Amino acid sequence: MTQSVTRRAFLAAGVLTVAGCGGVSTSGTGEEGAVDFLSTQFLPVEERQRFEKILSDHVKSAKVGFNPVDQSAFAATVQAQADANRMQLSLLGGLHGDLAPQRDRLSDLDDLLGGLGDRQFPGELTTLARLGGSTVKYIPWMQATYLLAVNKKALQWLPSGAKVDDLTYDQLLAWATAAKAGNGGKPVFGIPAGAKGLYHRFFQGFLLPSFTGGQITTFRSPEAATAWDYMKQLWAQSAPASTNYDFMQEPLERGEVLIAFDHVARLINAPKSKPDDWLMVPAPRGPKGRGYMLVVAGLAIPKGAPQADKAKEVIKALTTAQVQIEVLRQNAFFPVSKADLPGDLPAPIALEAAGVKAQQGSSGTIVSLPPVGLGTKDGEVGQIFKNCFKEICLDGRPVQGVLDAQAAKLNAILDEVKVPCWAPDPAGAPCKVA
Amino acid sequence: MRKPLLLIAPSLLFMTALFAWPLAAGIGQALDQPGAFSRMLDDPYFWPAARNTGLLIVVLIPLQFAFALTMALLLRERPRLSGLYFFLWVIPLAVSDLAAGLVWLSVFTDRGYLNSFLEYLGFSGYPWLSHENQASMFVAVVIAELWRATSLVFVIIVAGLQGIPRDYDEAAAVFGAGYLRRLWHVVLPQLKPSLQVALILRTILALETFAVAQALTGRNLPLLVGETYQWYSVLQNPAVATAIALVVLALSMLAAAGYLHLMRERT
Repeated sequence: MTQSVTRRAFLAAGVLTVAGCGGVSTSGTGEEGAVDFLSTQFLPVEERQRFEKILSDHVKSAKVGFNPVDQSAFAATVQAQADANRMQLSLLGGLHGDLAPQRDRLSDLDDLLGGLGDRQFPGELTTLARLGGSTVKYIPWMQATYLLAVNKKALQWLPSGAKVDDLTYDQLLAWATAAKAGNGGKPVFGIPAGAKGLYHRFFQGFLLPSFTGGQITTFRSPEAATAWDYMKQLWAQSAPASTNYDFMQEPLERGEVLIAFDHVARLINAPKSKPDDWLMVPAPRGPKGRGYMLVVAGLAIPKGAPQADKAKEVIKALTTAQVQIEVLRQNAFFPVSKADLPGDLPAPIALEAAGVKAQQGSSGTIVSLPPVGLGTKDGEVGQIFKNCFKEICLDGRPVQGVLDAQAAKLNAILDEVKVPCWAPDPAGAPCKVA
Repeated sequence: MRKPLLLIAPSLLFMTALFAWPLAAGIGQALDQPGAFSRMLDDPYFWPAARNTGLLIVVLIPLQFAFALTMALLLRERPRLSGLYFFLWVIPLAVSDLAAGLVWLSVFTDRGYLNSFLEYLGFSGYPWLSHENQASMFVAVVIAELWRATSLVFVIIVAGLQGIPRDYDEAAAVFGAGYLRRLWHVVLPQLKPSLQVALILRTILALETFAVAQALTGRNLPLLVGETYQWYSVLQNPAVATAIALVVLALSMLAAAGYLHLMRERT
């Protein structure tokens, strides 16, 4: 039934999207002196209300008009106001990929970042915040990532010598194989390969960077072929029903799978009823290191912002440990600044926070980003990775042939958009499969 | 000369605004992006989608006509409560196809009614909608579509049957023709116009099968119109989406022309 629920939700969401196309209000509060805050995050109405409460409770320096919109409205609004030289927005909040295309329209924030030394942002985040240039263009706001959720029942089959919070890909395969055999032939590992699942992120941000060190440039390299060969073996030990899973928390909760990879927001409900039965552990590491995808959101100030100084105060408030913890507690986005986690966090969030911290802090990480600057082509690029999975793992086609064919299509899309590469590929312009 | 033109002007205007112009815009959109058609043909989902759609038509339509014709002929014998049967049989016509798909999803899904029932009987459940079981997925879509769309054919055939005078049938009976002979030589030939309408309508609608399959199988059992949806809304590439839509249009036109040709009056 849960599968039906997600499909229903997805279809309902489609209807709502269509119904909601009436228009986007970007006027903010309209109050004199208020900071108009345009965001691609916290668009769902409950998240928005909870975040507005956080703003009114913790941001005392200015009145903030929080206005979440979808990504295309965000890009269109910022561009239109900048081009018309009538910037009304004072604060922008978005994922790295939302802010990167606006780079030339954002103020430099080096002085602000310099004054926030006590926040102790991880170095990789402040590097990303330069958007490939020399100056800081946004202040890290919050982050999310993908983890492995493990039901402790599966630990009995963990190969000897393997540590669950420091797995290699080979150990994961051995584990999945042993667990399938031990479970009476029923696989226990799953990935979200359903229609709305985020399994392409597993290939883009975890599997391929761990094996090849890259995401796009190394797409058809011999190392990538090894990675897909590995994936084929892993798929043979995975739950075939994975192609129906959109959110792994559902099959995990039902006990259909015991080990699963997914976005933290899509795992959060799995440990809800029995948190003691669960672990959230970092993704495995491969020959090149531990590839992991970082979903980072940042706060930026557009050039010509009417309330730039107040916006800086808002940024300072939003990066305090107190507010970061509050955002984690309310909206399950993880802190970017140093924040000691209080003991009274809801158990699933505390589990994930530990996993996120362990993954970020582990040695030999290869950070990768969701594709940057692709705009509406993001879906098509993701589909290329999904096609590889379909043709290699489901249809059993020869790996290198599939990679060559899909690389040609990937390059055709990249030729259209002409964007520089994003991490972990070197930022050469324009991005292309070698 | 003026008057007829004036009289058809509203419909001309309508057709231009709502059919010809979108069609031209669609063709323009598909051709605008070079390589949209080759993207479509190279896509690993396109040929399976075309195959599934074709297979669906070939399997579904004969079944639907057999069911609808049987039901209509049963009603023609005026059994008791025939009004009630008619009402019951056309209910699916009133159900939206997405709702129908979701109802059938609750039947066929891994922990749905069908598997619960099987388990109650002591059998183990079967993953009907798993990507590994293309055949059972296909059968599920066929059953759901059969349930949902047969009533349309049924209504058309009932209307057609009502237009056939009983005299011919009775005359044939007087001359000693059995039921099957009367059906084959008297009823069906007079039913031909209705059958033709129903065939064209159902084939075009079957080419457009979308919501039921989408709800039941997602992209595990790709169909052509589902692919246009995928390309337009998920992959946000309207050019390839319209390219596939144009294929559906061409197939619809071919099918309609083919039926008209096959069933034309031979004089």
